[in-house]
Amino acid sequence: MLRIRRVPTVVSNYQKEEAEEGARQGGGCGRNCLNKCCILGAKLPLYAFKRVNKIVTEKTLLGDENKEPPVDFLDSLLLGEWEDRMQRGLFRYDVTACETKVIPGEYGFIAQLNEGRHLKKRPTEFRVDKVLQPFDGNKFNFTKVGQEEVLFQFEASEDDEVQFFPNVPIDVENSPSVVAINVSPIEYGHVLLIPRILEGLPQRIDRESFLLALYMAAAAGNPYFRLGYNSLGAFATINHLHFQAYYLAVPFPIEKAPTKKITTMTDGVKISELLNYPVRGLVFEGGNTLLDLANVVSDSCICLQENNIPYNVLISDSGKRVFLFPQCYAEKQALGEVSPELLDTQVNPAVWEISGHMVLKRKKDYEEASEENAWRLLAEVSLSEERFEEVKALIFEALACDNGDNGGVSQSFIEKQDVTPQSVEEVEALNNGSHPSMVPGKQECIVLL
Amino acid sequence: MDTQLGLIEQSFNVRYSVWVREALDDLSGSFTTTDPCISGHPIVYASRGFLKMSLYSRDEVIGKNGRMFQGPKTNRKSVMEIREAIREERAIQINILNYRKDGTPFWMLFRMSPVFNKEDGRVIHFVGVQVPILQKHRQSSSGFGRNGVNLCEDGVFASRRREVCSDSVAELARFLAMDSVLGSDDRELEVDEPSEASDLEMRNAVTAINNTLSVLTHYSELTGRLVCGKRCCLSGMGLLGSSLNISLGRIKQSFVLIEPHLPDMPIVYARDVFLKMTGYARHEVLGHNCRFLGGVETNSSTIFQIKESIRTEQACTIRILNYRKDKSKFWNFLHISPVRNASGKIAYFVEVQIDESRKNQDKQGLSHKMRQCSVVGAVKAAVRSLSMVTDTSNS
Repeated sequence: MLRIRRVPTVVSNYQKEEAEEGARQGGGCGRNCLNKCCILGAKLPLYAFKRVNKIVTEKTLLGDENKEPPVDFLDSLLLGEWEDRMQRGLFRYDVTACETKVIPGEYGFIAQLNEGRHLKKRPTEFRVDKVLQPFDGNKFNFTKVGQEEVLFQFEASEDDEVQFFPNVPIDVENSPSVVAINVSPIEYGHVLLIPRILEGLPQRIDRESFLLALYMAAAAGNPYFRLGYNSLGAFATINHLHFQAYYLAVPFPIEKAPTKKITTMTDGVKISELLNYPVRGLVFEGGNTLLDLANVVSDSCICLQENNIPYNVLISDSGKRVFLFPQCYAEKQALGEVSPELLDTQVNPAVWEISGHMVLKRKKDYEEASEENAWRLLAEVSLSEERFEEVKALIFEALACDNGDNGGVSQSFIEKQDVTPQSVEEVEALNNGSHPSMVPGKQECIVLL
Repeated sequence: MDTQLGLIEQSFNVRYSVWVREALDDLSGSFTTTDPCISGHPIVYASRGFLKMSLYSRDEVIGKNGRMFQGPKTNRKSVMEIREAIREERAIQINILNYRKDGTPFWMLFRMSPVFNKEDGRVIHFVGVQVPILQKHRQSSSGFGRNGVNLCEDGVFASRRREVCSDSVAELARFLAMDSVLGSDDRELEVDEPSEASDLEMRNAVTAINNTLSVLTHYSELTGRLVCGKRCCLSGMGLLGSSLNISLGRIKQSFVLIEPHLPDMPIVYARDVFLKMTGYARHEVLGHNCRFLGGVETNSSTIFQIKESIRTEQACTIRILNYRKDKSKFWNFLHISPVRNASGKIAYFVEVQIDESRKNQDKQGLSHKMRQCSVVGAVKAAVRSLSMVTDTSNS
């Protein structure tokens, strides 16, 4: 069993009390949390997004512009609610007072000096050799956060229009997905998307949850609002399904990296490989529908987690581009293969660091930050070229397998994933779109398989 | 929508004399002008050639953002590169796949250049030129394989590409040739990989941009508000960059930014809604201290509270009696908050005004407190992010 010791990030004010948890179990806990004890009658704003099954061209979006949405998702709702929590003093520090800079160089790595993020917490042991672990309700999870840390509920609209309700009771039966603050933000507006929070899902990608994350990126409608995902073993600290997200109007180095196309799937999803970037990874974009893109990416993630390969995902460009990085830093760290010099920085290379946004804990590291240093750290995260080729082959094999199945399996897959189609249109979209496959005659596929 | 169109009219009329549209209409070629200071960074002028090429009517494109011509196969990285050029207020030339009104895609060489206010170096407009790339110039993939790709993977490529604004056509040709090598080792559907622009097409782009710039310069001379294609003046102290303007322009509520480090703490940014609420014109408020909103009946202890809030760098919410330009009074439900830049220092104070008599008129159903929070949140995020660019030179 491989383990590493690290200082876990405190994402909720209720996480700190974990040690005393045992004594408090059972009955109304008095913390106004999201568990059965407190949730009855609790109310939260609700943002219902519009499902877009058709091709998301800018032209169709343009038609919507005239019909103004009831509330601007990013500027009015998310950042507004976040500022409100800041005025209420719920965060551990004011992240806007943390110095940050773009490091000179070709890629423009972003460095932030954040001395407060990892204070007051003892290092904890993390098992890093198992990407899938069962949910443990006794450990800290998001049902234990206080309701004041939850900003709003986020769900698909029933009538195909964006809707907003300032105050809606939490419908326990309906398994709401919520957006909550991260009390240790790495940027202004740093939040967590917790799909179907009350179901107690472990940190594990499934099609429906990944689609939800893409919809959130699309709802924000701003290319600089990105979502990220860390699997267990790739620096996720909490084994309760969640995505992170924040807004930072600076291009990430990963988005600037050149790419080389590998193939285009029959559903239009283009898969490329990153070139000339310290971490090897895949880039997914395009697709006839948002669902196509979501399915190809989530199937790739499912393949990785089932093969016990830790990975990170970045959703960028309003959900139009997705980056996937299998990684091995934690494993190397557990095996003692990472240089002490790098370990001393205590930088945990999770999705944001890999994307080029480095949060540094020591002033010295911040002052000496250079593209070369960032590159050196990230190079340790990357799989070797050989291993990456193997992993790539696994992914393409999994994607091609979907192609081999017929429509009957499609239905069972949907049932397995517990996706409840809301409309005839969606059923069709699922049937047509859920089996990405190679364009026949593509030379690349033969090479890979 | 009317006010938006009004702003678009003004965007041109304030800057150039009356015949500028006719003069531009006489130019051949496809080009557009956009205004980064208007919310949504819309197209404010589109040439006949552009309309002919895109198959849209003028009314269908004026007021819209250039992204309306992108489609599912438009390369997202190219879009990002254009967005970056806008943000950094520099020129760019790039091959990009766009879509006509009927949905057909076509490759074009897009060259874009900022137009500056000669006096203070502020970006007034962007001029974009679109030269369709003819299929016969498409690069055949046979000549280049993986080796071709590897040649330009040394990292030099990306940094040099940023210098594409160099005026030398020969230089451009070199970069673009490299560009096409990078994407050419894949035999694909026609639209999937970039087309290469010919020398002629590249020359045409340069000529078109120069012609447009010279028309704009000429017609600005007559109004006395001179524009130029090169930034002549860097004294734009206290002025907000166009990318910050674009971000702030999305906020639909009344607010101003004040600059605490300048003498007398003047307003450096005022939202249109603020002007409407108070009845002042923009030039009457920019550069002035907010005290002009006060009057004989304004409570002096409230004013003291504002000063204290700024002195102690703390947010505060107060109710203050203010006066419009026409001397009519209104109760201003005012929120003030410090706004920090990327280095963590206070760059501005944001003041969000809500006219108390209209406090509850919000179709979104958000409380007035939440509406104030939204403005503060959006301003804080924009200022912090957009001050990161400038810091590169210092570090």
